[in-house]
Amino acid sequence: MESRVETAGINEQALQQQEAREQWTLLGLAAPAVLAVVAIIVIPVGWLFYLSFIGSDGQFSLEHYQKMIQYKSYARVFLITFEVSLLTTVICILIGYPLAYFLALLPQRWAGIFMLAVLLPFWTSLLVRTYAWLVLLQKKGMLNDFAIYIGLWETPVKLVHNMTGTLIGMAHIMLPFLVLPLYGSMRKIERDMMHAAANLGASPVHAFWKVYFPLSLSGMVAGSLIVFVLCLGFYVTPAVLGGGRVVMVATQITAILENQFDWGAASALGVVLLIATIIILYLAARFLKFDAALFGKN
Amino acid sequence: MGWLQRSASDTQVTHRDRLWLYVVAAIIMLLLVIPTFIVIPMSFSDSQYLEFPPSNWSVRWYDEYFGSSKWMRATVTSFQIGVLTMLVATPLGTAAAYALFVSGHRAARAVFMFLITPMIVPVILIAIGAFYAFGRVGLNNTITGLVLAHTVLAAPLVMIVITASLRTYDLNQELVARSLGASRLKAFFAITLPQIKFSVVTAALLSFLTSFDEVIIAIFVSGGVNATLTKHMFAALRDYIDPTIAAISTIMVLVSSVLLLATQFIGNREK
Repeated sequence: MESRVETAGINEQALQQQEAREQWTLLGLAAPAVLAVVAIIVIPVGWLFYLSFIGSDGQFSLEHYQKMIQYKSYARVFLITFEVSLLTTVICILIGYPLAYFLALLPQRWAGIFMLAVLLPFWTSLLVRTYAWLVLLQKKGMLNDFAIYIGLWETPVKLVHNMTGTLIGMAHIMLPFLVLPLYGSMRKIERDMMHAAANLGASPVHAFWKVYFPLSLSGMVAGSLIVFVLCLGFYVTPAVLGGGRVVMVATQITAILENQFDWGAASALGVVLLIATIIILYLAARFLKFDAALFGKN
Repeated sequence: MGWLQRSASDTQVTHRDRLWLYVVAAIIMLLLVIPTFIVIPMSFSDSQYLEFPPSNWSVRWYDEYFGSSKWMRATVTSFQIGVLTMLVATPLGTAAAYALFVSGHRAARAVFMFLITPMIVPVILIAIGAFYAFGRVGLNNTITGLVLAHTVLAAPLVMIVITASLRTYDLNQELVARSLGASRLKAFFAITLPQIKFSVVTAALLSFLTSFDEVIIAIFVSGGVNATLTKHMFAALRDYIDPTIAAISTIMVLVSSVLLLATQFIGNREK
């Protein structure tokens, strides 16, 4: 009796030891990735955070943050960044919703084929697509020619090197980030729900707005927030299609580094950008959980 | 046109009622795809100026591209960095994803979230941070530096792909192998890896493309003889427009299309 208890104890101890060893092995497997993130993200970003609090005299100061509040030029940059991000998100919702809806209605096999229209641009270099829009939108470009041909306007309109061009290019690049999660949430909606609504006498339009649309909201909100957050830090497309007129935060950071080599000011802007991103994602996580609790189980 | 009257779903909606949706979706899909492919005919234009459709055809921009030591050097660099990133990020991300997935430790979720932060931090911030830190340790303008930075961007994608595939895989198979005496390592390589190999290949292709197409970090961190294709392209787009870019773009579109079709094909195989 007594010896049996003893062996059980030894066994348990051995199992525990093995379990501990196992956890260490697994930790070792994840360690290189953790080290890489620490070396490339945590330390450099931490460094910039520190630099943003160092004034021109080398002492601790809040001057870079104070400048952001005092100078009108900063306010303009923040405003344009917000405006471009918001408008891009709205355009993506307006264009992305019907597309995702169409894809979600198709049988799985056909949806896979048409989905290539979303995935192919997604996989194509952003530079290539920005370049293509530069060509399509120029004064003698295809879009102007086409619009004049069908009589939309009479003389070539300036569509690029301004806000219009930036928004068109950004919406094109961001659309997949909205369509993919939205499509995912639409696919999860059970057809029976729509049948039930029809059975109970709802017209197709009524059933769509009362049943389908609310159920697709979680995907739409998730996609919109991803688009908005990605837009905040965007650099390439506004720089090329905005032609220097659309100065967003990332453009400003680069300009400060290129022209003044002022690491403190550039870092402070970067820190503000990061904090805005974190706040939005935090709210998103909370909102989406709330949302899942509301709709997820039905 | 009988199909128009037919029911589009098993509710009362007909295809005719949905025609507007089909038209709208078709226009949107065209607008999505056209800018991806328009560079192909453009690259065969004979003109100095960006015109579409081209009035005369030629391959002069391809001659220009293949004849330029600057563009050739940059192409080789981009491929080198892409392949090296793939070779580092794939095992790194796979090992981390596997470890976190099987561990079941309380901290595993937090570590996972930490490892995908590179997807959340704005790339411009990663770029200037790396530029600053690399400046201190002499990694700017080196292949090693850019591969490190790109690895950190690509690893989260690898982790997401691998974790998704492990979810559909029955880990008990590995337990069986281990109860028969295989070590964890052996069980992973003999039992698990062969079954998730298509996802590993997809993850590898994704990490190559992440690096190959990356612009912002490359603008800051790469330079001199190690400047990437995207860095030169960005400079060319911002300052003056050289039609050689259309030829280069065509090649980039071909690379991504081939890789995308490869992953779709692989995805079908795995199912």
